[in-house]
Amino acid sequence: TKAAKPKAAAAKPAAKKQTQARLVKKTIGGDKNGGHRLVRKTRMSRYYPTEDKPRKLRSRKTAFSKHKHSLRSSITPGTVLILVAGRHKGKRVVFLKQLDSGLLLVTGPFHLNGCPLRRINQIYTIATKTKLDISGVKLPERLNDKYFNRKQLKKPRHTEGEIFDTKKEVYTVSDERKEDQVAVDKQILDVIRKNKEKKLLFGYLGSMFSLGSRQYPHKMVF
Amino acid sequence: MVLSQFRFVEVGRVAYISYGPDAGKLAVIVDVIDQNRALVDGPCSGVSRKQMNFKALELTSIVMKIPRGLRPGNLRKAWEKQEVQKKWDSTTWAQKIANKKKRAQLTDFDRFKLMKAKQARNRLINVEFGKLRKTVKRPAPRLRKKKSVKK
Repeated sequence: TKAAKPKAAAAKPAAKKQTQARLVKKTIGGDKNGGHRLVRKTRMSRYYPTEDKPRKLRSRKTAFSKHKHSLRSSITPGTVLILVAGRHKGKRVVFLKQLDSGLLLVTGPFHLNGCPLRRINQIYTIATKTKLDISGVKLPERLNDKYFNRKQLKKPRHTEGEIFDTKKEVYTVSDERKEDQVAVDKQILDVIRKNKEKKLLFGYLGSMFSLGSRQYPHKMVF
Repeated sequence: MVLSQFRFVEVGRVAYISYGPDAGKLAVIVDVIDQNRALVDGPCSGVSRKQMNFKALELTSIVMKIPRGLRPGNLRKAWEKQEVQKKWDSTTWAQKIANKKKRAQLTDFDRFKLMKAKQARNRLINVEFGKLRKTVKRPAPRLRKKKSVKK
């Protein structure tokens, strides 16, 4: 309060209104203590941090959207990949491009081996040395991660008398998927037809991969 | 025991090195050191003149006509003049090695093509075999007497 008084005295002639708002007269009971004090209306902070803008500690956790996705040098657009896991394991498919999430976009083509336009992780593929020239193939713009995201199917609500009547919603292929499949496959089949070894390529993409005895993957060239 | 059926260790015998850092290369036996070792040199095949245990050498059927201890320079000339590489490449041994190497380098598509080619060949063979089978008169199959069932 002693410090406050000279402050008030100095500020008084400059801005009378301000000082009156900042300080408040408080009466003190008892004798021989001045009777009243000028006290700040709003108290000063008890804690002042040493940094005005505290720096955030570096965290090694990065969000998935900021991840960097690498691609094996053996996988280039048009490479025939062997799928090693999943629903289509053993099938030989054509690699189209890498999506933003890092997953690979592939297609069977659907007529040859039943594999549709699909995303797969490159760790479940073996890249072969066989490459098709896909430079002229135009993929529809809408083929991105959002397009391939899993759709939430409505679960049947169990009402009193209808537990077994309500049907489960089954996944059906949307029309836009069929459209895109046809559009992309047409171009890829054209590429294969132009190839010298087209008959063998058709057979190759339609066949499944398997290991025989005395075939060791680490010794094989794919 | 006919001596001509053996391949002898002799000066000028071309050997195939089976293991070690020079595995797969050809070298000539230039001199014999003792019971186990030979002085070996392969100027045209990248084998420097060195001693080698006979265990690492597999004798080929090729023998060069060279004097004992022939120096590398002259050995190279003799090798080229006597066409050792050409003789080696024409042997089935060398061809087998080359085929093995080729097979190891086959890609997945190549293996598929090979499988299809084998199938096509076998179909042709089987068709011909079937035709041959029909032309041969087969003796009537001997019927084995059925064992009479005891009542």
